[in-house]
Amino acid sequence: MFIRHETIEKNAFIFLVLTLITVAIGGLVEVVPLFTIETTVEHVQGVRPYSPLEQRGRDIYVREGCYLCHSQMIRALRDEVERYGHYSIAAESMYDHPFQWGSKRIGPDLARVGGKYSSEWHYAHLINAQSVVPESLMPHYAFLAETPLDTSDLQARLRTLRAVGVPYTDDDIANAMADLNAQANPDADSAALLKRYPKAVTVPGNGRAVTEMDALVAYLQVLGTMVDFADPANEHLQQ
Amino acid sequence: MSDTMVTAPAGFAPATRLPAVDYNEAVVKKFVIAAVFWGVVAFLVGVYLATELAWPQFNLGLAFTNFGRLRPVHTSAGIFAFGGSALFGTSFYVVQRTCRARLFGGDALANFVFWGYQFFIVMAALSYVMGFSQGQEYAEPEWHLDLLLTVVWVAYAVIFIGTLMKRQEPHIYVANWFYLAFILTVAVLHIGNNIALPVSVFSAKSYQAASGVQNAMIQWWYGHNAVGFFLTAGFLGMMYYFIPKAANRPVYSYRLSIVHFWSLIFLYIWAGPHHLHWTALPDWTQTLGMAFSVMLWMPSWGGMINGMMTLSGAWDKLRTDPGLRFSVTAVGFYGMATFEGPVMSIRDVNALSHYTDWGIGHVHSGALGWVAFITFGALYYLVPVLWKRSGLYSNRLASWHYWIATLGIVFYISSMWVAGIMQGLMWRAYDAFGFLQYSFAESVVAVHPYYVIRMMGGVLFLSGALIMVYNFIQTVRSPDTAPRAVTPLPAGLAVAGE
Repeated sequence: MFIRHETIEKNAFIFLVLTLITVAIGGLVEVVPLFTIETTVEHVQGVRPYSPLEQRGRDIYVREGCYLCHSQMIRALRDEVERYGHYSIAAESMYDHPFQWGSKRIGPDLARVGGKYSSEWHYAHLINAQSVVPESLMPHYAFLAETPLDTSDLQARLRTLRAVGVPYTDDDIANAMADLNAQANPDADSAALLKRYPKAVTVPGNGRAVTEMDALVAYLQVLGTMVDFADPANEHLQQ
Repeated sequence: MSDTMVTAPAGFAPATRLPAVDYNEAVVKKFVIAAVFWGVVAFLVGVYLATELAWPQFNLGLAFTNFGRLRPVHTSAGIFAFGGSALFGTSFYVVQRTCRARLFGGDALANFVFWGYQFFIVMAALSYVMGFSQGQEYAEPEWHLDLLLTVVWVAYAVIFIGTLMKRQEPHIYVANWFYLAFILTVAVLHIGNNIALPVSVFSAKSYQAASGVQNAMIQWWYGHNAVGFFLTAGFLGMMYYFIPKAANRPVYSYRLSIVHFWSLIFLYIWAGPHHLHWTALPDWTQTLGMAFSVMLWMPSWGGMINGMMTLSGAWDKLRTDPGLRFSVTAVGFYGMATFEGPVMSIRDVNALSHYTDWGIGHVHSGALGWVAFITFGALYYLVPVLWKRSGLYSNRLASWHYWIATLGIVFYISSMWVAGIMQGLMWRAYDAFGFLQYSFAESVVAVHPYYVIRMMGGVLFLSGALIMVYNFIQTVRSPDTAPRAVTPLPAGLAVAGE
């Protein structure tokens, strides 16, 4: 039974193969079942793909490295639930490519920041965080308000997301630009937008061009608002 | 195993001096220079980020100086540029000496690996500050850079494995087991965690194939094993060559090195879910991650004991060899960090420690205490050898580096322990009426003094590294080209088949 180690350490090929087998086991056991066990992501009402403006805002959130200071994962612990709201459930990040749960809270958790502050507050806070929260360590993101949002590849982005599993319909992709503009203009007719993306928050904008800040605020305002935990259909999730 | 095997891990002491092999030392020299350079860059950016956290005005409000874009520059410079260059360089040095063979694939391939890797690092750093990121920690480079790294890595593996194949020694020396496990596993992790779909072939933007909970598990399978294989297995390879060489003693226990090698690489892979305790990751996965993380304590300490005990009978060398002092202190920090890690992976400890600066302190006791110190030890050994000098320009300066850097680490990790535990306790504190006692902002104010102390610790660590740079420059510039004095090995104590 016992193989002499000498045999292994005198043959680079055997050593290589045994090493690969040894390191493969743990990863396979932990990762593969998450794709096959159905209860890994629970079925809930309300979770939808991000609207085009929210998704572009999310891209900016990723680009600026917001996840390095803010988590988006409320743990199932009493104090976290009281501070931030219902603990995060897997379904709420099922359309997050990539996930942004984070690992460090230099600032507070953002998993349910949507609706907690007005959009105007978010603009002021992003431009100069210390003007509204004097203790804050957050950098200033005034440049986002001056940068027009690049929408040249908007449909390509949604199509790519569809290819990796986000259920955007042909209709969603065809109307992406119209939905994006509708969400960045409070005076626009948002009926079609809200039909496709319920609870989408229309942001004030500056009346000229859609900026990166508009997109980021739209994203922040939807975080954690999709699932209605008071809905009887989601009773199994109530605390 | 027979007793002769225990005392002669690399086979047997050659009875007669074998003909010298013409080793490729040029590429090793390049990687040594790169490691020193990137080390200073990583420490400098780290100090700047620590300053931003102490005084946020230093973010300057510019896109490319903000914390969120600079932080990946620091982590990539520390792990991949400094750590990576040190691993490439030492592995090329060690594999040639212990196999008694010149690098496989010729000088061109070795140079391709050097320049390809340096190009990857520079492009990755530039891409972060310009606003390209995959948004996953320690895996921020976008898809086109991931592909470039894959090509370079395959070339690296070909050189390393090819050299093992053409070795003149019967046994593969233990240091090479660790380097090999590092090379193979990092390749698997890198590919597994970077499966993404680009928006178009002309776009730098891509979206991860996995999402949410599965993406989180894959990311921390990668993230924790970047620690386990890049920052641990690779550097254990360094330990297994340079400590026996500098101490002129054989590895303490051959049997222990076998047991801890296989158990370490088997157990490490399971530990990732401890980064996701109490989250939406299923409980069964969290529990597996915790159980294996606790078990991991044993093989980790197996490595520490093997490194430490190799100094049996040679402890006096710590007084005279500052390089060896770095290596041995590194093994001590390795032991501490690999005890702290399993403790933090216990779910109830993690409830307190996660999301706080305790994690940052833990990482730096590993990164500064273990990774950087074991590298400094190897560098202090290698520079005089590679540049054919009789010794360092100044052992005294190396001693200064040692003490300043050690003090810097103590500042860093103790301030982060205090800050982290305080944050954790403040976030969960309740007042007499059953309400949360502190707002988040109050916890931010409370840690300010510790952020200043942490920054000072970083300044000390950086200062020490600059002393090392000066020492190396003077060593290389010194006219003394006398060959290094070779101390003959006691009979039967060949450590690396040289």
